[in-house]
Amino acid sequence: MFEVDLLIVGAGPAGLCAALEAGQEGLSVLLVDENAKPGGQLFKQIHKFFGSEMHKAGTRGFRIGENLVREIAECPNITLWLNSVVFSAIDQNHFEVVHNCSVQVINTKKVIVATGAIEKGLVFPGWTLPGVMGAGALQTMININRVRPGNKLLMVGSGNVGLIVSYQFLQAGGESVILVEAANRIGGYGVHASKIRRYGTNIITGCSVESVSGNGKVESAILAKVDDKFQTIKGTQWEEKVDIVAIAAGLYPLMELLRQLGCEFTMCPPLGGWVPVHDERMETSLNGIFIAGDVSGAEEASTAMEEGRLAAWSVTYDLAKCTKNKYESVRIDITKRLEALRSGPYGIARKNAKDSIYAIAKNFSKLR
Amino acid sequence: MRVIAHPILGNINQDNEVTVYVDGKEMRGIEGEPIAAMLAANKIYTHRLTKKRHEPRGIFCAIGRCTDCVMIVDGIPNVRTCVTPLKEGMVIETQHGVGHWGGEKSV
Repeated sequence: MFEVDLLIVGAGPAGLCAALEAGQEGLSVLLVDENAKPGGQLFKQIHKFFGSEMHKAGTRGFRIGENLVREIAECPNITLWLNSVVFSAIDQNHFEVVHNCSVQVINTKKVIVATGAIEKGLVFPGWTLPGVMGAGALQTMININRVRPGNKLLMVGSGNVGLIVSYQFLQAGGESVILVEAANRIGGYGVHASKIRRYGTNIITGCSVESVSGNGKVESAILAKVDDKFQTIKGTQWEEKVDIVAIAAGLYPLMELLRQLGCEFTMCPPLGGWVPVHDERMETSLNGIFIAGDVSGAEEASTAMEEGRLAAWSVTYDLAKCTKNKYESVRIDITKRLEALRSGPYGIARKNAKDSIYAIAKNFSKLR
Repeated sequence: MRVIAHPILGNINQDNEVTVYVDGKEMRGIEGEPIAAMLAANKIYTHRLTKKRHEPRGIFCAIGRCTDCVMIVDGIPNVRTCVTPLKEGMVIETQHGVGHWGGEKSV
């Protein structure tokens, strides 16, 4: 039996930041990740982050990841287990982990689940054909694996992921990009859209992919204009020769472990679909089970890092390892930074969604 | 094809080349890269064929979640090629249906 103050599941941006805060406050932390390397999806984000100075704006995602991983290694209170899977929750304090080819039982006082999110698919004839993949998958292939699985890209979806990955495909030597967006306006930041337009990318709004075909691999796609209910407008179809199709249709939280634990969930489309109910302190409907990052609603790495810090401070306070005054001042600071990240025309929907989840959590807090 | 030079990430290190076997054919890859990366660099995109309709499947999520890219590796079926590191002498086979253990017949 391995005994710790805090078990953190997932060593992405949220989990790494949570581990650092808790470890530096003197908690014994076990940080577990199923991958061979920590960092989650930070290392494929080679663009400069947005926001203000306090959100590391202007720094590229993989540099932020490198710094966090170095700090984690330097903190003696943090144990990092890689290639390890938390596969069972016996109860809120006992978890089973496959580590070094054997099963270890962890006895922990508190838990932060930071398991992230996974990309949504988009179903059309041919969507299973090799060469059709998630936009994040394409990003992993070109930026981490350094292999470009095609030359002519059809990107489906114009949110920031669709725009940024299109640009990075061109940076990685891709020949051309056609970007289609079913809505009648571009979903992501104008600055990202301008960048790919300068490279000659055709961004077509009010348009979607109808089907993809090819012999064993994507060779062409049929595109069509769609109406405001996303239905094909007859007679507008045309064919484009592409050899790779990337789907940027959003993400949904990865919450198998929270389902095992029996957390309460709520349907919240702006945050990806079903999300675990949680309060402003990042605690779920279960006492001592906290969440942070995309698992609490798919957003971005900057919010994930702040939520990780917030969850860690909530745990630190609950374990009486810091004063109420200290906790309150840190909590207010982090909350302000989160609100800044969730402001403006692109952030306000996420802020409202989060507020509606916190409102549901108020009822659970009374029961707890 | 490999992204050898990159404006942000620099050049890749191709020093540790290994030889592997894909459906009996000798191929080169970089030690430690995911099997799926070596396959894409060698322009192989079909990792398996589905059980009923024998449709090709390849990389979909590239982070070990969706299991679309599984193959038979060194006789072990259902190996996620997007997260399994490449090693010298690996024997990689296209998986048919749910696969089979080394020496058995596919089902």
